[in-house]
Amino acid sequence: MEILLIIVSAIFVNNIVLSQFLGICPFLGVSNKLSTATGMSAAVCFVITLATLVTYLLNKYCLVPLDLQFLQTIAFILVIAALVQMVEIVLKKVSPSLYQALGIFLPLITTNCAVLGVAINVVTKEFTFGQPSHMLGLGEAVLYAFATAVGYGVAMILFSGLREHLAMNDVPKAFKGVPIALVTVGILAMAFMGFSGIA
Amino acid sequence: MAVKSTLTSMVVCLTATCLICSAILGGVYAVTAAPIEKVNADILKASIGQVLPEGCEISEAMELEVGGLPSEYYVATKDGETVGFAVKSTTVGFGGPLTLMVGLIPGGTVYNTSVLSHSETPGLGAKCTSDPKFTEQWKGFDVISKKLTVKKDGGDVDAITASTITSRAYALAIKNAVDALAAVPAPCSEVSAGDAAEEMIGGNDND
Amino acid sequence: MTMTKLQLITKGLIKDNPTFVLLLGMCPTLATTTSAINGLSMGLATLFVLVLSNMAISAIASLVPDKVHIPVYIVVIATFVTVLQFLMQAFTPSVYASLGLFIPLIVVNCIVLGRAEAFANKHGVIDSALDGLGVGLGFTLSLTVIGLVREILGSGSAFGFKFISGDGMLAFVMAPGAFLVLGYLMVLFNKYLAKK
Repeated sequence: MEILLIIVSAIFVNNIVLSQFLGICPFLGVSNKLSTATGMSAAVCFVITLATLVTYLLNKYCLVPLDLQFLQTIAFILVIAALVQMVEIVLKKVSPSLYQALGIFLPLITTNCAVLGVAINVVTKEFTFGQPSHMLGLGEAVLYAFATAVGYGVAMILFSGLREHLAMNDVPKAFKGVPIALVTVGILAMAFMGFSGIA
Repeated sequence: MAVKSTLTSMVVCLTATCLICSAILGGVYAVTAAPIEKVNADILKASIGQVLPEGCEISEAMELEVGGLPSEYYVATKDGETVGFAVKSTTVGFGGPLTLMVGLIPGGTVYNTSVLSHSETPGLGAKCTSDPKFTEQWKGFDVISKKLTVKKDGGDVDAITASTITSRAYALAIKNAVDALAAVPAPCSEVSAGDAAEEMIGGNDND
Repeated sequence: MTMTKLQLITKGLIKDNPTFVLLLGMCPTLATTTSAINGLSMGLATLFVLVLSNMAISAIASLVPDKVHIPVYIVVIATFVTVLQFLMQAFTPSVYASLGLFIPLIVVNCIVLGRAEAFANKHGVIDSALDGLGVGLGFTLSLTVIGLVREILGSGSAFGFKFISGDGMLAFVMAPGAFLVLGYLMVLFNKYLAKK
């Protein structure tokens, strides 16, 4: 039950893009085409889950015991940057076809604040999946990260679908490009607000 | 433009940057740790002061369980007599944890409440900190004769408009605090509380 | 490309406005502008990091091997962000509480790394500081304006002073309002630029 709650809440109710405003830059940047949006979502999904696993362990078994929590931000961003580089190198060697598909998105992910945001949230915030509120355990943390990333993908793919249609429409000149996209996201976010109340 | 990228220069540069930055951070942390602690202590103290009668002495934090979670409470004394208790109580609101400081005076009355932290929606649930219609009702709320649930659920609490979940969580936090204090075994509160604590507990038993 | 010192500061306000023209730093722009005060504080926090990191990076740029410059810059930026975090916790705890997660996230704000890459590593310390100041002021200005519009529409107040009784249109304080207000303000901005 709690697992289901984590998944639904992270994907729909607290959607990372539409209600938490994380990862907006790539969300607006690469959502022009459905195919690139799918690729980016897959890459983000992979990196968020992996980064949360590593930073969670780093925080619990290294920073906290040594009383070095003040290095949290710096340590996390370095881990994420290194991880992205590593994933890139490994993918290139192991699965060139997957690298072809995700490769160009990987360098962009280091500065995607969704990754750092989720990593920091997981180790500093109390969550309320089922009562009472508590800090997440490792399993929950990874599941939450994965579900959040899926939510990112859902928002991204929905939005790129809308945007492909928008591109064919005749919009006033001042609205062209990002402004009309933002207004569309606003309406999409309103639709997602309908989910709050479920979990 | 820059130094040539050899393995040595890269390793030296990265190591040096990390060392220098960590050293700076360590230094700043050491300098600001004391003020940060003081600020947090002040916030806690201010919230305790807000929920208890003025001019009384506040005891050190004491442990108790509120709503099944470890929490803490403080005893207020004036001229050696116990005049109230402040209990920290956390429940789940609409957006996340909702933590209150609940001030209770012997006889089963709420003196006042204050929100320590919340993540409710701005403009809706977040009004639990500011809407006078909601916050004023707690002053002198009689927990023995009145029911700590919102009116929609058959209780006596006026909910914030359009924020029933937040109001429920708020009422539950107060109820948990009252129950937790009632369950404190007498020896625990003997430190400075004494009779008044028992009176308080007695008051609740009559409920 | 020679610019006077004054131009360095003013270009960030309108012509190269980081939010409305360059579309950088969207996350804090949307998330922290629930009120004018919140927008203003977030802008000033970013300004602080921008100026300091620009100065530090322009000072060390010639010592950093090319291939590792990005990690080095990120570490420098993260240091200043953490310093800011401690200072805010110590001296403005309520502001820190309301901005929350978005303070550490200044590290990944593309504006900061962007200015380091595009300006600071090629210019002197003073010019870089002025550039950081200009871009930071532009960012602060846009965040304050967005926050002000959302606050007026959403809660009927401006900078915390309530002038319309009642609730206002709540949707503007919540997530959808952020997107809508930014979108429409961008339209106005485009109109203004097109007229010029």
